[in-house]
Amino acid sequence: MSGTTQDDYTDRYARRVRGMTTSEIRALFAVASRPEVVSLAGGSPYIAALPLDAVGEMMGRLAAESGATTLQYGIGQGTLELRERICEVMELSGIKASPDDVVVTVGGQQALDLVARLFLDPGDVVLAEGPTYVGALGVFQAAQAQVRHVAMDADGLIPEALEAAIREAGGRAKYLYTIPTFQNPAGVTLSEERREVILDICERHGLLVVEDDPYGTLSFEGEAPRPLRARRRDGVLYLSTFSKTFAPGLRVGWILAPHAVREKLVMASEANILCPSAFAQHAVTQYLSTMPWREQIKSYREIYRERRDAMLDALDGLMPPGTTWTRPNGGLFVWVTLPEGLDAKAMMPRAIAARVAYVPGTGFYADGTGTGHMRLNYSFPAPERIREGIRRLSGVMEQELAMRAVFGPTTPHRRRGRAAADTPGPDLA
Amino acid sequence: MITAMGTPSDAHVLVLAGGLSYERDVSLRSGRRILDTLRAAGLSAELRDADVSLLPTLREDPPDAVVIALHGATGEDGSLRGVLDLCGVPYVGCSATASRLAWDKPSAKSVLREHGIRTPDWVALPHDRFSELGAVAVLDRIEARLGLPLMVKPAQGGSGLGASAVRESPALSAAMVGCFAYDSTALVEKYVTGMDVAVTVVDLGEGPFALPAVEIVPRNGVYDYAARYTAGLTTWHTPARLSPAVASAVADTALAAHKALGLRDLSRVDLIVDEDGLAYVLEVSVSPGMTETSLVPLAAEAAGLDFGGMLAGLVSRAIARGAS
Repeated sequence: MSGTTQDDYTDRYARRVRGMTTSEIRALFAVASRPEVVSLAGGSPYIAALPLDAVGEMMGRLAAESGATTLQYGIGQGTLELRERICEVMELSGIKASPDDVVVTVGGQQALDLVARLFLDPGDVVLAEGPTYVGALGVFQAAQAQVRHVAMDADGLIPEALEAAIREAGGRAKYLYTIPTFQNPAGVTLSEERREVILDICERHGLLVVEDDPYGTLSFEGEAPRPLRARRRDGVLYLSTFSKTFAPGLRVGWILAPHAVREKLVMASEANILCPSAFAQHAVTQYLSTMPWREQIKSYREIYRERRDAMLDALDGLMPPGTTWTRPNGGLFVWVTLPEGLDAKAMMPRAIAARVAYVPGTGFYADGTGTGHMRLNYSFPAPERIREGIRRLSGVMEQELAMRAVFGPTTPHRRRGRAAADTPGPDLA
Repeated sequence: MITAMGTPSDAHVLVLAGGLSYERDVSLRSGRRILDTLRAAGLSAELRDADVSLLPTLREDPPDAVVIALHGATGEDGSLRGVLDLCGVPYVGCSATASRLAWDKPSAKSVLREHGIRTPDWVALPHDRFSELGAVAVLDRIEARLGLPLMVKPAQGGSGLGASAVRESPALSAAMVGCFAYDSTALVEKYVTGMDVAVTVVDLGEGPFALPAVEIVPRNGVYDYAARYTAGLTTWHTPARLSPAVASAVADTALAAHKALGLRDLSRVDLIVDEDGLAYVLEVSVSPGMTETSLVPLAAEAAGLDFGGMLAGLVSRAIARGAS
């Protein structure tokens, strides 16, 4: 008698499926969706700030008045109207581009996937900031590529570390994946001076740059440094999305790529999804054509700046000695480094019991490191909830420090399996 | 009209799932499975979370019976059952008092031992005892007394959360820290090597009986959270590959544990059978998992019991209790 595993397909899965398991941490995030828990673990924009009535009316008209087009298939590259609007959006950041070189994607996530499909063979190396966006790590793992993390400081990627990583990869590095502005999860921005240095290094080594820029327009103090793509046309693929400035529920993002690459991206996208949602594209086009989207971005900047201030003030006042954190000038996240010996992942159940949630640092490294860090989100919770969350978190850390003092130093647990196992699903606000 | 198991078909059943415990996700999965099963058995059932809207609902639209699919503290520490008693709403499963006893593993183990039921040797200690007396000294005594390997787990809790096996002394501190993140009291047990089995005990009105034992063989050797709830990571053999004599002794032990703890309707007794065929009770769950990878549905199937019929039968018993 052979028994059952409750999965008759176990022996048939592809190799890349290995490690796709449920996890204790995912189970803990399930609790964070209850209103009693202050969730600093999400990455959601504050959609309630949108003029939802007007958006609803606009969407209703899109279906009622032009449903024959908006509910039909579209073209693989995305509608010309939207690509023109996207070029206007990019112009805000100093990028001059032709709508011909834009490919509309299903959110930034499909953009990452398409680029990986085009450039990565199994065993290839991707260089990425350490820590980096968990969704990108998932894409690289699915492509069976290896990720080498490049260290950052308060000014973003460290040029010497990038040089060293390129040397170590010994020609197998295909591209640098970077979020230079208001980085997720670290909250830091690559400085003006370093932008040129990093581009020079990549150019010298013939390394393609994949610039992911979802947060660039969400600056709290003046304008952010211009994107890498605004400085060099060649050798840079630029990815962005409307998920942080309009609505993640519509899943509309884009890639700006040199002509030859763009052709292949369109073919890969057609093979992948046929075409992006026509309805979502028309909704975004209408939003950008008829509604005050620049003012909306300004309003988001103000809301998030107030929340960022609330979080930094609370951290300044409440964190135990030995804790450090980044001070973002834009974007959605603060990256916290815990006092020596604390393990953010091991501390999670205690935090959930205290009704506060964060994402442990291990979710942002391909190699399972990052135990001594956590990512905190300030875009979704209201300022008073942020303060309450940090108050609870400091209590949790004090308890954990006391426990560590009793039992002495222990080896931190390294994550096995996918980085995503240590992060919440996209629905957690 | 009366269904096959004697449940009035117009009975309205409330399935409670979710809650604020670490096992919320498992509970939601159990709850949905129970809901589908009850509906397929012809009952009118509804799923809801245990939150601030629960008591108003119980008052305005009292169900004929509640099925508690909450795992972890709220569902198993007896407190929710106490509240349901206050509201006069009958529920499937044991009383608040029995639930509280089974939920606290050290208390349950003491009762089992008093009844002559084997359970691994143990010590239970709250975290502040370690800070008072010095962790190194206390851990040394535990190790000297129980010997390696050891099992460390939260005194209260399920799904293997916060539990770890310790094979070498240096790993003991980390296991304690991991455990204390889940609970303020740790249960340290002598690790018994053998076959992991789970026995479901059911009472459909004619006294409790044991369903065939399910043998658990995790692919990586550890029956942790991932191995429990990811299909494909564990192989379950039902009935367990035991000799008839040992299988019968295991069933008797599970039944004895169910009775000793004063349980009712349904429980799942987790045991380990050592190489001499001796069965040790590890823990008893009064709100066992009912997910796609849970053991109770597997055991029911092996026993030739229709899972839906079994649940409907348990609901009828609860309704009858409410009426009496």
